[in-house]
Amino acid sequence: MCLTCGCSDNASPMLTDLQTGQTLSLQAVHEHDHDHSHDHDHRHDHDHSHDHDHDHSHDHDHDHRHEIPTAVTTQRGRIIRLEQDVLAKNNLLAERNRGWLMGRDILALNLISSPGAGKTTLLERTIRELGSKLPISVIEGDQATLHDAERIQATGSKVVQINTGTGCHLEADMTARALRQLDPPLHSLVMIENVGNLVCPALFDLGERAKVVIMSVTEGENKPVKYPHAFRASQVMILNKIDLLPYVNFDVDQCLAFAREVNPSLRVFQISATRGDGLSDWYA
Amino acid sequence: MHELAITQDIIVAVCEHAQGTKIKRIVLEIGKLSAVLPDAVRFCFELCAEGTAAEGAELEIIEPSGLARCRVCGSHVTLDRPIGLCSCGSTDLEWISGEELKIKELEVV
Repeated sequence: MCLTCGCSDNASPMLTDLQTGQTLSLQAVHEHDHDHSHDHDHRHDHDHSHDHDHDHSHDHDHDHRHEIPTAVTTQRGRIIRLEQDVLAKNNLLAERNRGWLMGRDILALNLISSPGAGKTTLLERTIRELGSKLPISVIEGDQATLHDAERIQATGSKVVQINTGTGCHLEADMTARALRQLDPPLHSLVMIENVGNLVCPALFDLGERAKVVIMSVTEGENKPVKYPHAFRASQVMILNKIDLLPYVNFDVDQCLAFAREVNPSLRVFQISATRGDGLSDWYA
Repeated sequence: MHELAITQDIIVAVCEHAQGTKIKRIVLEIGKLSAVLPDAVRFCFELCAEGTAAEGAELEIIEPSGLARCRVCGSHVTLDRPIGLCSCGSTDLEWISGEELKIKELEVV
């Protein structure tokens, strides 16, 4: 089993570039993590480049983020005080992605939903109707298959597929690799379609401008209160498949009330990605 | 399910700090609003620690409860789940504590 992400050996995360057909193992991403301890080497190199102002401030940053552990020796043993945020590494990489995107004036959105809510259909339609005005590139996240990436490729957009194997969400390091591979143009839009799951993706910042949670009227209006973390972490909510409202027992007002209960500042769009209702608001 | 990945990250971090010495005890802080289940972390811990410096270490988990400040009236609201209602009727709450997900300290031989 992989020591970083818990995935089993034969199911390590893979990245497929649909443009070139090239497939890369994201196992290297974990080696990348070990590069992180490279940063520690930087500290050892300190003497080496003492006069260098740059290194000096480098160390400073580093210490600030990681909060130097203090050790206390007791009769029982040595206690090392860490106060280290477990998600710090992911959050740091996410901030790096955010800076990378900002420097290129790229808007990145992280789409999260349960499987089948309509993320890919919404993306296909958005690309077809908006793609001529604004270049859209896509990072697809799924446990397995290239199905979604092939659907996006058919629209003519640049797309890379991340297969997480047994992993249940995308992380910032996977996103960094995908962005490098995708090489989206300046002043464009990158849509990151997370693994279909309303639980884990809520915890992992990828460096996006906003998380967009998508739910559909076939799912039950209580999704926001059943999966509050996903709705709280998002800035935008899309209620999809409203063309099916006449056929399903779904209370839109109750659903929106639940959503506001979890996150009063959530911006909501009611749409149908197949019929086209409400999409002009979403594009705006 | 994300607890497995998180527990792996914790093991990697503590082993790095232990610098090869055997770890006796690890203290974590997992807030009640953090979306991480302490029991799931405990479950994953043994499996993840196997063959590392953390194998056999005692795992202590502190679970800070959730506390929020109402953005409307300013009063404090305690939360045991990520949804809450202030006595003034507002759900617009700013979380103050309960989202912690930290390695507090470790004890090495």
